[in-house]
Amino acid sequence: MLMSSPILKLIAQRIALGILLLLAISVLIFAGTQILPGDVAQAILGQSATPQSLANLREQLGLNDPAYIRYFHWLGGVLTGDLGTAMSSGQDIATSIKGRLWNTLFLAFWAAIVAVPLAIILGLIAVRYRNGWIDKLISGLALASTSFPEFFVGYVLVYFFAVKWQIFPAISTVYDGMPFGERMQAIALPAAALTLVVLAHMMRMTRAAILNVMQSAYVETAELKGLSAFNVIRRHAFPNAIAPIINVVMLNLAYLIVGVVVVEVIFVYPGMGQYLVDHVTKRDVPVVQAVGLIFAAVYISLNIIADIGAIVANPRLRHPK
Amino acid sequence: MADTKAKPGLLLDIRNLRIEATVFPPGEPPKNIVLVHDVSLTLEKGKVLGLIGESGAGKSTIGLSSMGYGRGGVRITGGEVILNGRDILKGGKEGFRKLRGREVCYVAQSAAAAFNPAHKLMDQVVEATLLHGTATRAEAEKRAVALFKKLSLPNPETIGERFPHQVSGGQLQRVMTAMALCSEPDLIVFDEPTTALDVTTQIDVLAAIKDAIRDTHVAALYITHDLAVVAQVSDEIMVLRDGKSVEHGETHQIIKAPRMDYTKALVSVRSIEHGEKKPTPKPLLSVRNATAAYGGGVVKVLQNVSVDVHPGQTLAVVGESGSGKSTLARVVTGLLPPIAGSITFAGRTLAPRLAERSKDDLRELQMIYQMADVAMNPRQTVGTIIGRPLEFYFGMRGRERDKRVAELLDEIEMGKGFVDRYPAELSGGQKQRVCIARSLAAKPKLIICDEVTSALDPLVADGILKLLLRLQEIEEVAYLFITHDLATVKSIADSIAVMYRGEVVRYGPKSQVLIRPFDAYTDLLLSSVPEMEVGWLEKAIKGRRIGSGGH
Repeated sequence: MLMSSPILKLIAQRIALGILLLLAISVLIFAGTQILPGDVAQAILGQSATPQSLANLREQLGLNDPAYIRYFHWLGGVLTGDLGTAMSSGQDIATSIKGRLWNTLFLAFWAAIVAVPLAIILGLIAVRYRNGWIDKLISGLALASTSFPEFFVGYVLVYFFAVKWQIFPAISTVYDGMPFGERMQAIALPAAALTLVVLAHMMRMTRAAILNVMQSAYVETAELKGLSAFNVIRRHAFPNAIAPIINVVMLNLAYLIVGVVVVEVIFVYPGMGQYLVDHVTKRDVPVVQAVGLIFAAVYISLNIIADIGAIVANPRLRHPK
Repeated sequence: MADTKAKPGLLLDIRNLRIEATVFPPGEPPKNIVLVHDVSLTLEKGKVLGLIGESGAGKSTIGLSSMGYGRGGVRITGGEVILNGRDILKGGKEGFRKLRGREVCYVAQSAAAAFNPAHKLMDQVVEATLLHGTATRAEAEKRAVALFKKLSLPNPETIGERFPHQVSGGQLQRVMTAMALCSEPDLIVFDEPTTALDVTTQIDVLAAIKDAIRDTHVAALYITHDLAVVAQVSDEIMVLRDGKSVEHGETHQIIKAPRMDYTKALVSVRSIEHGEKKPTPKPLLSVRNATAAYGGGVVKVLQNVSVDVHPGQTLAVVGESGSGKSTLARVVTGLLPPIAGSITFAGRTLAPRLAERSKDDLRELQMIYQMADVAMNPRQTVGTIIGRPLEFYFGMRGRERDKRVAELLDEIEMGKGFVDRYPAELSGGQKQRVCIARSLAAKPKLIICDEVTSALDPLVADGILKLLLRLQEIEEVAYLFITHDLATVKSIADSIAVMYRGEVVRYGPKSQVLIRPFDAYTDLLLSSVPEMEVGWLEKAIKGRRIGSGGH
């Protein structure tokens, strides 16, 4: 009975596709790390490697098994929550990632809380005053903030807020058990940098999606009812522009999580990005694989949410004939 | 002039209205054009004034000016619009907002597009009333339900809970009328409210609108290009052309004793006399028991259809939207292979699939479409468009081709001068003529005309029909003429097939099909075509044998 509803069917399809996609990506990630020259044994032993010790270590790490066996072994571990052991430090990857993933999500969450509503409201205002100076000012500032590279924005923020005015710390150190207020103060600058980076894209897309809908006959109907310009946009244009807006919001949320590498490095923030960069330089394949897979999962889940959001926002699907 | 202001029953007084717009022609500097030239009109409380004219005559622009609204970059640059004793043009933006949806409401041509797909109907119907604070939500909803009842909508208590896509086009048009009436305005602007509907639906909506106007004593500006429709609902008619008033008078006078030549032309439109040709022993196209379906045989859209087209003659296929007439064209052209039945053309059996047909099959069977705009490549000149079939089918090149293109342009009465024009530079009628020339260039035996005049103004459509008849004489070409418009059928057909829900319900020579006794559906169809006669609507509604099936 439930599956007969077209909307549930569509959603189930999207989720199934997402899972399939994630599996395909796990294959790609695994294959990609196999193609890289050198292996972990080489990396661990470094200069002191003798052929004999290399062979021993490879045997010990199971590196001599055929690739597909190692893949299924790895995948089985991932599915049971065992991401393996970091080659470089010998620590359990799942344990070290947990704290860092939490930190990254914490930062992304607060950046999104500011950026998404701000972008949408600015988009609505830009449409309301379209082609006027307010619209041009909003678009200009938003584009400028996006055009500057993240590290530049980050350092400018540090220069003013940390060095000159000393309001926020330049280095975003966080640790377990840190009080919420201090934690918020620590992430203020990286969150601001991220907000500035993602703001323009969402704002411009919101503006474009609503402008597109503003051509519709029902917007004219609303105007001819005597609604104020802002209410026409809010009540009649926005609900019909929601699907493309959700899409771009989700893309940017994904960026906030998987694209924060530069910002995390600038502010020395202990998140996933920094963890990934550290271990890429150490050629720590299991860590790179695990982080890659988590990033892929985040990206795909957010896109599924965007798809589902677009489906649910469509009244034709929500209320079939 | 000054004394009109004092007149007690006067609701709307438009004086010397001038409306301009800035256009941006490609490759030229922007220029100002005048859309409405000093038009004046008055409307008393509870009266209906019909504004009639072709597209571009300025009727919608004038209608919307009563709400202080200009579409796109349209500006009211002169004159006065006096509503309830004050010049609304002096009220500014706030003033417009206060009168829109309260004193003046609007009913759009396509209710399907004019309702917001994201909100329930009831929310949209009562929105203006609540916005202007003239009633509480409960009162407004009660009023809306009463209006749904008055407009004979099915399930008036619950239809408001539905979304626009869950309701048919004819019903939506009535809901929109209810929406306009809900805030109890003094004036409603009806902008072609029945033009997008099937003829059998149009009559119901028209009757509902007329009753509602009568019972609520609201005044109305009724905008349409169809004189027969406007004659049913209005007290007075103003004929507009190119933004100027041509003639203004009482409805009876305009349709029975028009003074101006242009009005006379509008009144006598579609009275082409066309003698009927007798069927020949050997039909050119013979469709036998064709059945077609979409979705792998699940949705049958054509059932057991058999029709003949005779050489040099016209078979008109009539029916409402969804009756399967365009599907028949798709089957004949091979775009939709039938699941049963056969098609014989010029003595040979046609392959069901387009891909399996020979080049000669393709050449001898041409097609003209409803939307001439989108049937032509906008980046090709008229010469290239007409020359293409000459190159493709006959291998003509250079001077030979240009000569033939010039001949064809002569045949469609577009002389020289047009060869280097692009489609965007042509009027609607000229575009359709180019499409006709393009199909003629292939020297076809049969042309399928799919609603070729439906998107055109009546006078232009008349010209196209006359051209098609003349070309039939010269080129000996047969037409399979698909239309929903019975007046067109009468002017052009030799034989007629009436389609209903995928089946041919009546078929034969024109003289037999249009003679009583009719089957129930043909009767409904014929009795629904508006006639240019005051009081036709009431007679037609009374005389109907069956309803139009829940529209």
